[in-house]
Amino acid sequence: MRKKHRNLLLAVVVVITSSMITSARPSGGTISGKITYEGTPAKQKPIDMSKEPTCAKQYTEPPTTETVVTGPNNALDNVVVYISAGAPDEAAPSKAAVFTQKGCRYMPHVLAFQVNQELNVLNDDQTSHNIHPLAKINREWNKSQPPGAPPIVDKYDKAEMIPVKCNIHPWMHGTFAVLKNSHYAISSGDGGFTLPNLPPGKYTVTAFHESYGDQSQEVTITGSETKTVSFTFKAKPY
Amino acid sequence: MRKMNISKCLVGIAVLLAAPLLVSAQQVETHIGKVTGHADTGRQLYFRYCWGCHGFHGTGTGENWIPTGGFPDTPNLNIQPRNFVAATFKCRSTPTGTLPTDQDLYNSLVRGLTMSNMPSWITLTNQNRADLVAFIKTFSDRWKTDKPGPELSVPAEPALTVQSIQHGKELFTKLECWKCHGPEGRGDGPSASTLTDSNDEPIRPYNFAAGSRFKCGTTNHDLYKIFMTGLDGTPMPSFADVIKPEDAWDLVHYLRTLQVYHKSPELALWEGTKEGAEIVKAQKVRGTPTGSGVNQ
Repeated sequence: MRKKHRNLLLAVVVVITSSMITSARPSGGTISGKITYEGTPAKQKPIDMSKEPTCAKQYTEPPTTETVVTGPNNALDNVVVYISAGAPDEAAPSKAAVFTQKGCRYMPHVLAFQVNQELNVLNDDQTSHNIHPLAKINREWNKSQPPGAPPIVDKYDKAEMIPVKCNIHPWMHGTFAVLKNSHYAISSGDGGFTLPNLPPGKYTVTAFHESYGDQSQEVTITGSETKTVSFTFKAKPY
Repeated sequence: MRKMNISKCLVGIAVLLAAPLLVSAQQVETHIGKVTGHADTGRQLYFRYCWGCHGFHGTGTGENWIPTGGFPDTPNLNIQPRNFVAATFKCRSTPTGTLPTDQDLYNSLVRGLTMSNMPSWITLTNQNRADLVAFIKTFSDRWKTDKPGPELSVPAEPALTVQSIQHGKELFTKLECWKCHGPEGRGDGPSASTLTDSNDEPIRPYNFAAGSRFKCGTTNHDLYKIFMTGLDGTPMPSFADVIKPEDAWDLVHYLRTLQVYHKSPELALWEGTKEGAEIVKAQKVRGTPTGSGVNQ
């Protein structure tokens, strides 16, 4: 559990630092806030990996599904927060976004990257996976990746939230968030997010959750202020 | 005089309304060998033969298709007719995630898709089928923005040997084909029962022991293409990046021996060896799924 949080934290740090580097504006406004849920979220079930012993043995206790990941005080994790309108489209950064299959799970569970940014899919497991991103706007592909196979390298040329699955291991689900600019963050741990370095302007901030859909709010930034925006998703027990 | 004007007007309006449909259809042509297919002719054929299943708008929701659970007698495995608007096709000679060639679509019309409701359209002429392919390509804008992927190059088939079959058998295990297709290729692997297609409908992995036709053809060459390109929209992935061409032919030879009721040179050679004869004999289980009538 602690390890997962560390991974998520790391992902957010990477996201924030990379967005700082790419936008390279010393000043600017910031949008930050917290994602919460109300109601009762679906109980996450332990994953039965007994059909895949090489993965099952990596866990002392079976990991749970990740369709809804929550933190204390109704915090909702794995929400992609991004500027859906108001910011110009940006060229893709040169650094590749990395999606790793480890222990028959996706690391990270939600991977955000930009249009035309290189995507590398790695298999750290001793079993074959098939990577099947179910794109609707982009082209849908499905590739096998046995243990030790080289990374699958690809990119997407249109913005889209793409569910990813492995057909061999039906519990493996994830999301590719393909976005038009570098102003994005993924809520983690306490449901918090920060979108720094925003030049003055009127923005639409959108929060996307794989089970609860998306919500948007209008935010106007003037100068180097920090605006607080919060999103509350209605949780369903099933 | 006035009457004539009104009728002229009506004709004009009708032409204006129909124009976008006709224009968009006319632009698309296909070239199958020496035959050139035209979408405007294909349109008429489509609305005679195809739309009952594939639907008025090509979305695969024609009146003959009933969604799973939509009717008490609906079978659980109800393969939806192809959605031409999504432009994702199973049978291709092009890489996964790319559009098929005109010839690929034409071949699917000739052949039909086994274990689905798509029949073989051999009753139509070559020209009819080429026209239909041209019209099918008008449903999705992908045909305007994307090009079909590069055609998979299939090297000449090497001579069939016992070593080739044995190596193919190792690959079948190593690449974990058995996870879905089962250790004997009966479509009963550990993941088989959980499989869904891209519409979230249940889908069954191919059972090699039943029948001789594959989803996308009958020849060794077709079999080679099936696993190298994958069947888009289904759980069957592409193995083009992970199997070397020479290894792929070994796998083809082994897969043929899994068709234990279909005579082939591969099966004959395999049954001629002591190892192969035992394996094939064990795979020839007779009886019903409930176990009654099984010869033991």
